[in-house]
Amino acid sequence: MTRTVRISDDALALACGADAVAAAFAAAGCHVERVSSWGMHWLEPLAEIDGQGFGPLSVGDVAPVLDGTSALGIGAIADHPFIARQERLTFARAGKTRPLSLDDYAATAGWAGLFRARELGAEATIAEVTASGLRGRGGAGFPAGIKWTTVAKTVSAQKYIVCNADEGDSATFADRMVMEGDPFLLIEGMAIAAHAVGADTGYVYIRSEYPHAIAKMRAAVDLAAGIIAPFRIEIRVGAGSYVCGEETSLLNSLEGKRGEVRAKPPLPAIEGLFGKPTVVNNVLTLAAVPWIMAQGGAAYAAVGFGRSRGTMPIQIAGNVRHGGLFEAGFGITLGELVMDIGGGTASGRPVMAVQVGGPLGAYHTPADFGLPFDYESFAAADGLIGHAGISVFDDTADMSAQARFAMQFCAIESCGKCTPCRIGSTRGVEVIDRIRARSGRGADAVELLPQMHNARKAPRSLTDDIALLEDLCETMKFGSLCAMGGFTPYPVLSALRHFPDHFGLPAAVPEAAE
Amino acid sequence: MTNETLDRTARAVIDPELARILAAHAAREGALLPILHDIQASFGHVPERLIADIARALNLSRAEVHGVISFYHDFHVEPATLPVIRLCRAESCQARGVDALAAAFAGETRVRIEPIYCLGLCSVGPNAMIGTTLHARLDQARLAALVDTVAVECAA
Repeated sequence: MTRTVRISDDALALACGADAVAAAFAAAGCHVERVSSWGMHWLEPLAEIDGQGFGPLSVGDVAPVLDGTSALGIGAIADHPFIARQERLTFARAGKTRPLSLDDYAATAGWAGLFRARELGAEATIAEVTASGLRGRGGAGFPAGIKWTTVAKTVSAQKYIVCNADEGDSATFADRMVMEGDPFLLIEGMAIAAHAVGADTGYVYIRSEYPHAIAKMRAAVDLAAGIIAPFRIEIRVGAGSYVCGEETSLLNSLEGKRGEVRAKPPLPAIEGLFGKPTVVNNVLTLAAVPWIMAQGGAAYAAVGFGRSRGTMPIQIAGNVRHGGLFEAGFGITLGELVMDIGGGTASGRPVMAVQVGGPLGAYHTPADFGLPFDYESFAAADGLIGHAGISVFDDTADMSAQARFAMQFCAIESCGKCTPCRIGSTRGVEVIDRIRARSGRGADAVELLPQMHNARKAPRSLTDDIALLEDLCETMKFGSLCAMGGFTPYPVLSALRHFPDHFGLPAAVPEAAE
Repeated sequence: MTNETLDRTARAVIDPELARILAAHAAREGALLPILHDIQASFGHVPERLIADIARALNLSRAEVHGVISFYHDFHVEPATLPVIRLCRAESCQARGVDALAAAFAGETRVRIEPIYCLGLCSVGPNAMIGTTLHARLDQARLAALVDTVAVECAA
């Protein structure tokens, strides 16, 4: 009997050598099916044979797996604690279906949400999404139902659905996994949004760093064209600019312009792409919609914590033993995610810091491990959950270097439109360099000119430079046009607050246990 | 030279590959980025000599086209002289030691090791991309092997 072996063709599995392993199974006479990834990244390439998992595999492991002598078995994959503890709504198909199989998609309740939306009509569809409490998963957490209502109520002959798939934050890969693993889910979500607001054209803006996601989405859009018609979707590719993940900058980029941020108002919901009413939603937001439409908004709202309803696909990454995709209801604590589920650091050293929310997210220490994963709780702790990426650092990290990187990244990626971000980031790198060198600085030639009455003539000490950095961060936070400059101070200030000894100041007094 | 003569000169020598690309995107809204991606794929870079024709086809000024090319990291007006390995330098790869890895290859002259900010493989870094092929779990030995392979392929 030919044995069926299921191996992911997700980019991460490919990067870990899944193609060679799949070829070895095929050469051994097995029937190989390429499916989506379960999201247990430390086990990739992971093979599933008769429900049993084996990983991480290399080509040399294929023969032992087939003759039953491999020590890499993990038992039934669905029963693995990492999977069993999750509540997978968006990622219900992960690991189970072939990404580009319309049959697999339809057999697993695919299109049920779209068909129900068509039966209900536009208004009732929006009401269902509003009732679900779904908030934008890109980071800002804006209620999707309200955004859709605004677009629906704005009168225009032309409206657009734009899917923001410019997932540039480090430690995030959930968008990529949806697009590579379950592309029809995203297409269905966009089709429902189009039906709800009366749009006939959709764009998916995917970053160029994701060639596999681009290829899968292009193929999926062609396959699904008949089902979503008259709505049509076009895939557009970014060009290496991080700031294009900001919605107005993304719209400019889609229009073929420099990806510069636009001032708001006007809101994109009223004047968006080419000046027309536009729904701009993140991949995860749109991918949550088919479940909501199929099962009802109330069922989705029944999961969650506080004002954050439903589930969040959380991405555990960096120096962590068990990294991968963990979808759970809001409210799970940071400590559970990092220690229980993530298993602590991959290096085996103590966890020193955890960055949540990508390059614009704050660094947290184990003292924050009691924080529930929820928009409001993180905001109250001077942080943000952003796109729910968690990057773990061990105690060898140099936090003033991480703060410098945050400023440097902002300097590289700033669109240049507003001054606090464009200039502030460069000045931030310089100030942090002086702090790291403990050099201080004397007054420069311009400051010493007699005309410069108000310029300081005395040399600046380390504490003066720290005060200057804090002041600069305040200016960027409140003076920048978008989150790029506005949130770069989060990693900088949190690093400074938690690890003053890394900046040459006395060490922080350990916070009392809460 | 007046703009008109410049226009005529340019039209006389319009590159057939560019003409094909422009025609393929004629029906698209906001087609400049898809056009530039195709040019970059065909020519390996966006040659300066094409900019006037691109601008005319889209009813833009040459400055606008140049502004777009220079804004995005993916577009280059000069061809690459060395094969490129794009090594992820973002936070999650930093947490997994990419800075030390990159420092070990700072003197590499056969290939260009460029930074890239996130390949979305953040739990198995350090990661790199060569063309569209991804490589994860890199250490010094594995990156050295990649560098050798790429350098040899390029020399062949």
